[in-house]
Amino acid sequence: MKHTIIAAGLSVVAGAAFAQTPVLTVYTYDSFVSDWGPGPAVEEAFEATCGCDLQFVGAGDGAALLARLRLEGESTEADIVLGLDTNLTAAARETGLFAPHGITPDGLTLPIAWDDAEFLPFDWGYFAFVHDTALANVPGDFEALAASDISIVIQDPRSSTPGLGLLMWVEAAYGDGAGEIWEGLADNIVTVTPGWSEAYGLFLEGEADMVLSYTTSPAYHLIAEEDPSKTAAAFAEGHYMQVEVAGMLAGTDQPELAQAFLSFMLTPEFQEVIPTTNWMYPAALPASALPEGFETLVQPSQALLLSPEDAAARRDEALATWQAALSR
Amino acid sequence: MLSLDKLRFAQDGFTLSLSGRIARGERVALLGASGSGKSTLLSLIAGFERAEAGRILWAGTDITAAPVAARPVSILFQDGNLFPHLTAFDNVALGLRPDLRLSAEDRDRVADSLSQVGLGDHAGKRPAALSGGQQARVALARMLLRDRPLALLDEPFAALDPGLKTEMLALVRELCAARGLTLLMACHDLRDAERLCDRLWLLEDGAKVLDLGLSGLRDDPPEGLRPWM
Amino acid sequence: MASRAQPLGAIHWTGAVLAALVALAVLGPLGAVMLRASWPPTLGPADWAAIRFTLLQAALSALVSVTLAIPVARALARRDFAGRRVLVTLMGAPFLLPVIVAVLGLLAVFGRAGWANDLLAALGAARVDVYGLQGIVLAHVFLNLPLAVRLILQGWQAVPSERIRLATSLGFSTADMRRQFERPILRAVLPGAALLIFLICTTSFAVALILGGGPSSTTVELAIYQAFRFDFDLGRAALLGLVQVAICLGAGALAFGAIRGHEVGAGLDRPALPWPGDTRVARALDAAAILAATGFLLLPLAAVLLKGLPALTGLPPVVWEAALRSIILALASTALAVALALPIALLVTRLRRPGLVEGLAFLTIAVSPLVIGTGLFLLIRSVTNPIPLALPVTGMVNALVALPFLLRALVPAAMEAEATQGRLAEALGMRGLARLRHAILPRLRRPLGFGAGLAAAFSMGDLGVIALFSTPGQGTLPLEMYRLMGSYRTDDAQGAAVLLMALTLALFWAFDRGGRLDAVTR
Repeated sequence: MKHTIIAAGLSVVAGAAFAQTPVLTVYTYDSFVSDWGPGPAVEEAFEATCGCDLQFVGAGDGAALLARLRLEGESTEADIVLGLDTNLTAAARETGLFAPHGITPDGLTLPIAWDDAEFLPFDWGYFAFVHDTALANVPGDFEALAASDISIVIQDPRSSTPGLGLLMWVEAAYGDGAGEIWEGLADNIVTVTPGWSEAYGLFLEGEADMVLSYTTSPAYHLIAEEDPSKTAAAFAEGHYMQVEVAGMLAGTDQPELAQAFLSFMLTPEFQEVIPTTNWMYPAALPASALPEGFETLVQPSQALLLSPEDAAARRDEALATWQAALSR
Repeated sequence: MLSLDKLRFAQDGFTLSLSGRIARGERVALLGASGSGKSTLLSLIAGFERAEAGRILWAGTDITAAPVAARPVSILFQDGNLFPHLTAFDNVALGLRPDLRLSAEDRDRVADSLSQVGLGDHAGKRPAALSGGQQARVALARMLLRDRPLALLDEPFAALDPGLKTEMLALVRELCAARGLTLLMACHDLRDAERLCDRLWLLEDGAKVLDLGLSGLRDDPPEGLRPWM
Repeated sequence: MASRAQPLGAIHWTGAVLAALVALAVLGPLGAVMLRASWPPTLGPADWAAIRFTLLQAALSALVSVTLAIPVARALARRDFAGRRVLVTLMGAPFLLPVIVAVLGLLAVFGRAGWANDLLAALGAARVDVYGLQGIVLAHVFLNLPLAVRLILQGWQAVPSERIRLATSLGFSTADMRRQFERPILRAVLPGAALLIFLICTTSFAVALILGGGPSSTTVELAIYQAFRFDFDLGRAALLGLVQVAICLGAGALAFGAIRGHEVGAGLDRPALPWPGDTRVARALDAAAILAATGFLLLPLAAVLLKGLPALTGLPPVVWEAALRSIILALASTALAVALALPIALLVTRLRRPGLVEGLAFLTIAVSPLVIGTGLFLLIRSVTNPIPLALPVTGMVNALVALPFLLRALVPAAMEAEATQGRLAEALGMRGLARLRHAILPRLRRPLGFGAGLAAAFSMGDLGVIALFSTPGQGTLPLEMYRLMGSYRTDDAQGAAVLLMALTLALFWAFDRGGRLDAVTR
């Protein structure tokens, strides 16, 4: 441990020595900064142009990120928070910690219009049930799924952002009828996992026919593993979107740099990293610029997304419905 | 009569090899240094270890391979003789019925045995509430109650203070004599042997090097016994 | 055994200070979270349901674990066979594995597509659904059975061999053995074993959620996640943390008195032979118990191994770097855990009511890692930037979590050493460090080796609070494994799991062995 403390001490000294180089601190979720995520490539590209030191700090997932920010409050070291989704932005905005980004985003390629003074999207995806191409009688909507004996594994909305996404998906598609859908799904659900990794792992182990993930998940298997056997089921109700956003903190000591990063975020240099590291759709890159393989992915007929305010307002009740339906 | 006929046992580089006879009612002390084979010999007779060769006979019957509990033997260790969770009464009663299902007559016999060792008033106490001497008496009471003709004592009173030890040896001598028990005791003090026994076997490295009567021994001790005087 | 007449030395005062610091390290963060909360916090009906369910599943898991452990421990105590010691060590592996690895291994055998179900299907029987309360209990038994077996085995081996010979000589039957040997041992050992497992299971999160099958299996730990992440209700999170403290103290008060005087770390080498009242039936039952336990515990590990081995050689360099970092971290937190445990254990030998201090240490496994981690984060943040401290803090928390196991191993041995060697040292006028080095420590080597092995394995395998603090380039092996899983790289993740399992077992083995070797040469 002494070793680590010394190392930590050295890095502080080193930090002081290069105090002239401005530091931009970006809080993000853990998988973004992992060696297999977009972090390393993004850092290299931005540092090549900004004359600054870009430092990522990882914190669990999107919800953990927001919790961390709330804990730190105004004294946070973060200049940028990257990786909240629209189910969290209302609560994030409510903290009053975020500043308007002042950027007019051009060339966004989201299937929906974007108008948010504080948050800018950097990638997005459709939630979907992923399955093996060999699966017979693939359901075409939630009702068909509920009526079938197909097994699924989902994530808990209380501990996982995809889990919350599914909750909002059923809510957006069925509103007051969500309870019935969940009751119908109860016997299809093999289990509910704490996070995406566990659910996807169980699916790959053959514990369930389908797993809640993204329409872009099959692209990983196709591109990285050359395995075309995974696909996503297209649901007639439309697919709920996850839009991942970033925002700058009002208390940042590097407002210009933060703004420069947000602008950089929407340039091809950043955006081209996203598809094969985050395995999501980039928010500002034309479909023609996507890597080969993405064209094979399922295209939902309709994009569903509750506004951040709607999502925040309906969340607690939707959770209660979910719990009641699945606890029987 | 107990006959040990060319008994042989080897373990971890140690070999025990001896023959001998003990008459019914005789009390023999096994004297020797640690590791000389005293405890091993008792273990072989009790059946905890199996001899490689040779025979053990009791009254003409070969018991070399008999199950431990079927042998004519009762045994007393230095410690570990009592179960800490049982009362003195139950600890003694185990000698009669290991499952402790006692008839009225059984109970009388247990109580009687406890009285004989002077513990009639302590029947309800657990070992932790008894002194070291009293614990030894409880174990002795059980041995008497078992009523097996051959008593094996493995340094049973080594942990007691000298006065108490002398007292216990006298008690054992008296009780054994009254019942005509044959006795074999491992010890490493010649005086203990003299207090209880009639004869002495001196063991060295697994062999019997001396076999002689104890009375009048001190007048003309053999050479090998000098260090023990 | 402990007399107050002996004066407390410097080492004991150190122990007292450290014990206070440990309590502070648990209760301080809880307090820090509470200070940030809005008052008064309240618990909803869902929280109470979570508390009830937590108690139910933990009690069931503890009960089933110790019940199944009895025949296995009995069989291991009275049988000797080739590979017995290796088996005892290997059987400890599930306890040392990261939960997600253990769960995936377990599902490979008992899951819907698992071997057991394939076998049932091949035999024409219906497949068994593992998800639900039965799945939670199954997984907790898988993880904790080895601990229960070891604890009961210690009880067996603490019996003087004379007493077993005496029983042989008195002609004890199997039933008599059970009544006069097994019952007293179990009465002394079971409450402690059950308490330990119960407390481990009360903070269960991933197991309860993955195998529980749905929101009806909500535990307190999940309720804390919800309060913290979903509702950002720090008051409720802290209150639920307090509930965990209350559960720990309540369960401890019920069970603690009974676990004193049994050594965790010694006496695994010799089975007590020969066994009175042995029959062919008893031999067959023992063989069945050992085979069943071996299959139950080792098949899932074999599944992990089979899946991960092919990927092992092709693991990315980051994983190997993380492995090295984890080893260093494990060694550091083991050193810290030992430095904490030794003075505290020695202090405990001088106390009239030792359960109190040891009970405090139990808090470290009973209180939510999320609450502790968050509180520590807040505390450190009020002084300095916590981010560069991620690894040291993780090491510290790992050491705290390992502390109760080390103490459980050390305290009985320390009491024994004080009672025997201690008096001798007193008589020889040995004091201070000389007394510790020459009189007490040599007697503690084995339990110390065993406890240090557990501590190292814990630190190695536990995801720990690093997940709350992580920065690039600081990942531990478990964290990198989760990152691989989170990046679709399942094959690499399985390879990393095998590496983790191997390193964890190797560390445990090395410490455990080291303690024994030294004990022999002394």
